[in-house]
Amino acid sequence: MIRVQAEAFDAGAELNAFSNTAAGAGAIVSFTGVVRDVTGGLSGMEIEHYEGMTEKALTAIRADAMQRWALADALVIHRFGRLEVGEVIMMVATASKHRKDAFEAAEFLMDYLKSRAPFWKKEITSDGADWVASKDEDEDALSRW
Amino acid sequence: MQVLYFAWVRERIGVPREEIETSAATVNDLVAELRAREERYEAAFADTSALRVALDQELAEFDAPLSGVREVAFFPPMTGG
Repeated sequence: MIRVQAEAFDAGAELNAFSNTAAGAGAIVSFTGVVRDVTGGLSGMEIEHYEGMTEKALTAIRADAMQRWALADALVIHRFGRLEVGEVIMMVATASKHRKDAFEAAEFLMDYLKSRAPFWKKEITSDGADWVASKDEDEDALSRW
Repeated sequence: MQVLYFAWVRERIGVPREEIETSAATVNDLVAELRAREERYEAAFADTSALRVALDQELAEFDAPLSGVREVAFFPPMTGG
C-alpha cells in the first residue's frame, strides 16, 4: 500500500497493523523519517509535492520492489504540508520470509523515494526559509540497484 | 498544454501552473520560448542542468518530444524521504 497525506500518523500503530496483515512473513523491516534540527534554529519544514505524479511514482517504486525481492507486502507513507521538528515525515515497511529481502527492499525504497518521488522540502528557520538542495550521494545511491 | 512549476521554480515564475499555447517540438524548444518571454522565466530556466522535467507525470529528458503531451512539469531535483 502507498499513502500520501497531510495528516500526522502513528508510525508504531501503522507498523503493528502492517505486521498483522503480513501473516507468514518472518521478517519485518521498517524505517521512519523524522524532521530533525541538525544545525539548530530549525522551526519546521514545508513539504511540497506533485499531486498525481507522487501517487504514480510511489506505486511504481513499490511495484518495482515487490518484483525484485520476495516480499509478502510493502508499505510507503509520505506526508506533505507543514511539519514541526520531531514529527514523522514518512515511513516504509517491508515484509518477507527472510530478513535479507526485507532489509534490501526497504533500502531500495528509501533510495528511490529520496530522488525519484516528486517531493521538495523547505526548511523554515527564524531567518527565513530555504529549499533543501539535493545531494549527489542520493543520486549515486541509485546506481547500486 | 498545462505547464506546472514546483518548489523554487514555482516561486521564481510566480504561479503554480498555467495554460501555454505552443508549437514547441521538444522540451528544450519550450524552455527557449519561455525564456524569451519575461525576466522571471529567464531567472527560473537560466540553468536547466539544475532542473528536472516530467511529461504527463513521468520523468523525461529535455530533448524529449512534446507531441501528444498534455502536462509538462518543471522542478528542481527531488528531495523526498
